[in-house]
Amino acid sequence: MANEVVLLDFWPSMFGIRVRIALAEKGVKYEYKEEDLKNKSPLLLQMNPVHKKIPVLIHNGRPFCESPIIVQYIDEVWKDKAPLLPSDPYQRAQARFWVDFIDKKMYDSLRKTWTTKGEEQEAAKKEFFEVLKTLEGQLGDKPFFGGDNFGYVDLSLIPFYCWFYTYETCGKFNVEAECPKFIAWVKRCLQRETVAKALPDGKKVFEFVSAMRTNLGLE
Amino acid sequence: MSKGEVFLLDCWASPFCLRAKIALAEKGVEYEARAENLFGGKSDLLLKSNPIYKKVPVLLHDGKPLCESTIIVNYIDETWPSPPLLPSCAYERAKARFWADFIDKKVFDAVCNIWKSKGEVPETAKNEFIEILKQLEGALGEKDFFGGDSFGFVDVIAIPLTCWFYAVEKFGGFKVENECPKFSAWMNKCMQRDTVARTLPDPEKVYEFVITLRNMFGIE
Repeated sequence: MANEVVLLDFWPSMFGIRVRIALAEKGVKYEYKEEDLKNKSPLLLQMNPVHKKIPVLIHNGRPFCESPIIVQYIDEVWKDKAPLLPSDPYQRAQARFWVDFIDKKMYDSLRKTWTTKGEEQEAAKKEFFEVLKTLEGQLGDKPFFGGDNFGYVDLSLIPFYCWFYTYETCGKFNVEAECPKFIAWVKRCLQRETVAKALPDGKKVFEFVSAMRTNLGLE
Repeated sequence: MSKGEVFLLDCWASPFCLRAKIALAEKGVEYEARAENLFGGKSDLLLKSNPIYKKVPVLLHDGKPLCESTIIVNYIDETWPSPPLLPSCAYERAKARFWADFIDKKVFDAVCNIWKSKGEVPETAKNEFIEILKQLEGALGEKDFFGGDSFGFVDVIAIPLTCWFYAVEKFGGFKVENECPKFSAWMNKCMQRDTVARTLPDPEKVYEFVITLRNMFGIE
């Protein structure tokens, strides 16, 4: 069977963007299928019955769910090009640790910056900046989290950037002012064609979120 | 089988520490476990080795720290490859990681929702716990272990949580054996394994520990 790759996804999803970047890094051709999350397709429900979420990668009919697991699978199968994870087991464990940290900390605190108001929003902003400063510490003087080369942690983190315009506007803060090192890393990543092409425009994400906030009664 | 010095910062009742211990036992790796007093005051070594979460387990391999139990087990499997815990096929490996992630996201929270209940345990908490086990039964299918014929990665991730089930049964007023017989049968198969039987603490002791925790948190 030829390599048939399908991605069930939702355009502003940072988790979906991770997979798009990984596939692009490896030069894998795939069919992109946009999901309406308010009306999930039978294919999505069949391929991810446990969580019913995107992204789902379908490779030769077999489903893969959860973005870190999908990206690791892509790295293992298309191993001849652009290695994403380090080859050393200890470095690999460290990379996994930081992606796990990002998944535990970034999404929830960021979500609260645009879904809450007042004190709760202030607490979320504070937590978000603490997370960024921790990540800046981990980056150190390296160009990328992986060292000299763009890798698994960079790929897992950079998709959040397309949501920053939204967070900054709703939360009334400026990331570059607080965390210039982080933004410098963002700019390095954006110089990469695979990243620049995969990230949707921040203003488009903001328009989408504004509509949601109106529905939630926050506008 | 030596490949350097191995320490484990540990707490005897933690299912997450038990995962690392079982994995090390499966690989025949000698290590020293250092008990942390999680309530009295964490050691400087723990705080230095895991500054982000300040939690156990922490594996120290030749002085280098590794944190988060699933990542630790993965590291142990890669560093001491024999016998393998993760499958060799990329698809099966992704499936194993998926179920390990599911277990991490769901099981212990459901366990804690039951023993942390004040007064009678709500039906919703009991049902949620049983529903999770039923989903795991689905993943197990007709296989002996989650990995198939051999005890593997997902089994290592899952089995330590079961030593908390006796406490859950006592507080919840149900038995896993009655609600999820397939899951119970899998538990028994794992317990026949020397590495598991020698490593897991007595569930009665865990139950007593949970009672202590409840007293500490002021739960009646």
